[in-house]
Order: sequence, then C-alpha cells, then structure tokens
Amino acid sequence: MTPARSTFALRDMVSEAVIALTARPARTILTALGTVLGVAALVATLGLANTAGNQIVGRFNELEATSVAVTPQRNTGFGGRDGQSVSFIPWDAGDRLERLNGVVAAGTKSDVDINGALSRSVPVVDPTGLNEFQVPMIAVSPGLFEAARSEIIGRAFDEGHNLRSDPVAVLGRGAAERLNVTRIDNSPAIFIGDQAVTVIGIMSDTAREPDLLNAIVVPDGYARERWALNAPAEVVVETEVGAAELIGTQAAVALAPNAPEQLRVTKPPSPRRIRTSVQDDVNALFLALGGLSLLVGAIGIANVTLVSVLERTGEIGLRQALGATRRHVAAQFLFESAALGAFAGLLGTSLGILITVIVSASRDWTPVLEAWLPLSAPFIGAAIGLLAGTYPAWKASATEPIQALRNG
Amino acid sequence: MTAVVELEGVERTFDGTPPVEALKATNVVVNQGDYVAIVGPSGSGKSTLLHLLGLLDSPTAGTYRLDGVDTQGISEAEKAGLRATRIGFVFQSFHLLATRTTVENVALGELYVAGSKADRKARAVEALTRVGLGHRLDAYPTTLSGGERQRVAVARALAASPALLLADEPTGNLDSVTTASILDLFDELHQSGLTVMMITHDRNVAARADRQLNINDGVVTEEAMERA
Repeated sequence: MTPARSTFALRDMVSEAVIALTARPARTILTALGTVLGVAALVATLGLANTAGNQIVGRFNELEATSVAVTPQRNTGFGGRDGQSVSFIPWDAGDRLERLNGVVAAGTKSDVDINGALSRSVPVVDPTGLNEFQVPMIAVSPGLFEAARSEIIGRAFDEGHNLRSDPVAVLGRGAAERLNVTRIDNSPAIFIGDQAVTVIGIMSDTAREPDLLNAIVVPDGYARERWALNAPAEVVVETEVGAAELIGTQAAVALAPNAPEQLRVTKPPSPRRIRTSVQDDVNALFLALGGLSLLVGAIGIANVTLVSVLERTGEIGLRQALGATRRHVAAQFLFESAALGAFAGLLGTSLGILITVIVSASRDWTPVLEAWLPLSAPFIGAAIGLLAGTYPAWKASATEPIQALRNG
Repeated sequence: MTAVVELEGVERTFDGTPPVEALKATNVVVNQGDYVAIVGPSGSGKSTLLHLLGLLDSPTAGTYRLDGVDTQGISEAEKAGLRATRIGFVFQSFHLLATRTTVENVALGELYVAGSKADRKARAVEALTRVGLGHRLDAYPTTLSGGERQRVAVARALAASPALLLADEPTGNLDSVTTASILDLFDELHQSGLTVMMITHDRNVAARADRQLNINDGVVTEEAMERA
C-alpha cells in the first residue's frame, strides 16, 4: 500500500497568505511601502511622460485652421529686382480657387499705390487742407469679403462692378470715420486725388485682413484701370475645417499650373506633439529613481519576510508535523511575499495614476496612460515579492521540525 | 488485532565524534486501541523515539511500519502524507497560532489533506465538541486557559481522524487539576478505540496508560503491568 501524498491546494495557499498578511496589517503596509513608492514612481513617470507627449501644442483655433494665403515668391537679389514679385497671380484667382473642393470662399487683395494722393469727402478743394487725409487704398475681388468674413453696412461690390471698373468703394470703419462718412443711403462720393468714387458700403468689422478697416476698398477692375495695378498681391482663402492642409497643396497648382513653385502658400501649422530630448532625460532620471526605490522595496520585503520566518519557526515545525513538506513550507512563504509584492504593486499603481491625474489637472492636460502600465504593475510587484521571498522561503524550508517544535 | 506501530530493530545513531547511539535496536508492536506511555528521564532517547514514530526523523537501521505501511524508502511527500492523515500530534507547548480562532486552529490539522474548506470546518467543530470546547469555537487561544489550549491542540490532532495519537509531554505545562482533566480526555479517546502513545517523565501520568515502555540510555523495555 502506498500512502497518499500530502497536498497543499492553491486556494489553501491563498487563504493562508491572506491570513498571515492581514494578521499584522501595520507591518504588512510598512513592508510594502518601499515597493509601493517604487511602483508609484515608475507609473507616474511613465504616465506623465505619456501625458505630456500627447498634449497638442497650442489650442485649436478655427479661424487659423481654415486660413490659407497665397503670395508670389519674392525675388532675392537677381538683377537688382530685389523684393519684386517674380510671378503674377491671375486676376481670376478667387474664381479658380473657389472651384476647389474644400474652399468656402476666396478673393484677391492688393495694396494700391496711389502716389500719395489725398482723399476727401467734400468736392471742394480746401486750401487749408483740413479735410484731406492720406488713406490707403486696397483693391480686392468681390469674393474677398466672404473669404475675410467681413461685415458690411450697405452693400459690397459685385462681379459686375469689377468687370465694368466702376468707381465704387467700400470704406473700412476707420477710413469712414476719418473721411467723415456717416451714412451710405445718400450714396456719398469721396475723392481720391482727383478721382471720384461712390461709397456703397461701410465695413463695420472683419475677421481676417484687419487692414481693410482703415482703407478705401475698391474693386480690382477699378484699381487696374485707374491706378495701374499690375497683378493681385495676395489671395485669401477660407477653407472648410480640416481642408486647409489639402488646399494648401492644391492652391499653387491651381493658380500657376506652369510654375507652382513660384507661389508661396501660407497654411496653418498642423497640430504638433511635444517631444523634447530634455523630457527624455528627465524620464530616464525618474525611471532610475523608481528602479532604485523598487530595489530598496525588494530588500525591505526580503528583510521582513526573513524576520517573520525566524519568528514563525514554531509554526513551521507545526506545519511540518501536520503534513507539510519542505516544498509546501517554501511555497507558502514565497506566495506570501509575492502577494505582498502584488498588493504593493496595486497600491503603487493607484498612487502613480493619482499623481498623473493630479499633475495633469493642475496643468490642464488630458491624462494619457498606456493600458499595459496599470495592468502590468501588480505583476511587476508580484515578481519583486517573489524575488525578495526566495531566500527567506528557502530558509523556512530548511527548518528542522524537531528543533522548531522544541523551541516553539 | 491489527498493529498500528511495528518497530523491528529500529536504531537511531547521530553522526559525530564519537557517534551517539540515541536509540538502540528496538522492537515494539503497538496494536490498535493500545494506550502506551513512554517513560524515561531526559536524555534517555524518548524524544528520539517520538520523532521516529512521528516520521519527523528516519531510523538509521531497522524497519518501521505505520498502520501497515513500510516507511522505509517512501518519498518525503508520502511521509508528510502519513503525518497528515495517520498521525495526530499533541505537543507540550500546544503550538496554537495566536492570530486564529480555535476552529481555524483545529481546521489546520487537515490543511495538508485534500478536501474542501467547509468540510474541514465541519470536522473541526465536531472535534472541538468531542474535547468539550463546542462553546469556544470563535475564541482566540490567548483568551483560553492552559487546559483549554491543550484541548484545542488535541482537537486539532483528532481533526484528520488519525490512526495514532502521539503526545509529547501533553501535561508538562499544566497544573495537577488540568492535568487530570486532560488525562480523562485521553482515557475517553482511548475508550473510543483510538491508539494513543504518550511521552512523559511523570510516573503518575504514565500510570494512566495500559502499557508502559521504559527507556533508558536508548534501550526500550516494557514494564509488566497489571491489566485493569
């Protein structure tokens, strides 16, 4: 007859470990503290690195995100034509761009050289000159008002005015004040030098191109005919949200299919993420600290478990008398220290996440944490506990039952 | 009558210069239901004999059959299995775990035997009732008297329904009144058919047993006793 081997079921091992660890809660917590701090430091460091690295630089600005501007490249020092445009933007640039999918509105805009001509709102030339001002003139295509999201009292000029080169103008708010134009229902005329134009609208506000507010805004066609405007200086485009990047690449080709590289397209910066080498250095430092703390924690667990083995010699002897093999004894102490480590890992992870969340909240960041981190931390803790418990467990298994029972 | 313990030429010699012959060739047969006292002065080898009987130590020569199983050449796990199921230990210093209730302490007696927790608890309650402590199930050992603690220890030894109860100076830490009550308990267990072996140095205690083995300088002799 072969006798039955003695057994030590896993669930018994679990309950024995729980009982042993909860019997002295204060000691258990103090023992776990080093590992708790180590795991917390690791989790918080990695969590904060993750969080900081995922913050989008700046805030999302809808107006900026939908703005695209096209200007000609400037010639740099070739044949003394420094600063001159090397390519011309076509007059129908606005129409061409509006055909692109994703463009809401587009229009050209150019400063008009009026040779220092003074503007006035009264027909009589006043020798004292008190009613005459130098007001800049800007020529735009009708589409610009929409592209710039301008608000106009009265009306803006349309394609008809433009084609006919009608002498009409929209006064910017500031320009209207200076020229003392307060109403438009009587179609006031203003004089720019000796040229008369009819004011058909006043621009009360504009989201883009604020220089329009201080200018006399005239149709392209009029500026071309009367003020010798060669070509539009700039195209202003409003895109749909998210289309700016695409339009930015298409605009130059649409305007200058022969030589798109002659046009410079300004588009909103794409969202970037912070990732600097400085941060990586800081991370390495904190990770090293966390690792050191884990090492200290492991030594703490090893130390206390060893003391506990010595204290519980009598219990070990009793267990052997009750049928525990050396292996069972070792397994019990290993399991206890691993459970302690796992508990510390769990606590440390919670603490680390808490730190990450608090720091993020104080900086208005969105906390970002990789899922594997909190999930694996208890296992890291358990592994540390297991490692720390190896020597004490071996020591416990080497206990001589006869000696142990006599002492206890 | 079946033999629970059969020792044939069992010897135990401890290494050293010179080697110590703690137990010289011993032949003892203990049958089921026997109540045996092992008496001897300290250093006589009675602890050595107890450890051999309890499978906590192995003989250097001879064969030991426990409940019909030859313990020679069986594995450590099988020896531990025999300790868990066939032997109940009672110690002089009780060896109760202070942080566990009496019923938990008694249930420990079956920890290394396969079985469910609920069954163990049920048998622990049964064993505690058997030793007269059915009313102190959830008490902690520190709140018990010496006699009560030893009863808890006896209950723990009984939990796995062993073939042999091995008691090492069970009354060594008890006063005379408590001693008497523990010995009464042993009498009861013996009368219910349990095999009991008890080590003691106290002749009065030994007198309660049916058989008395004297041990002196490692030599075991049986005292002729009048059967009651």
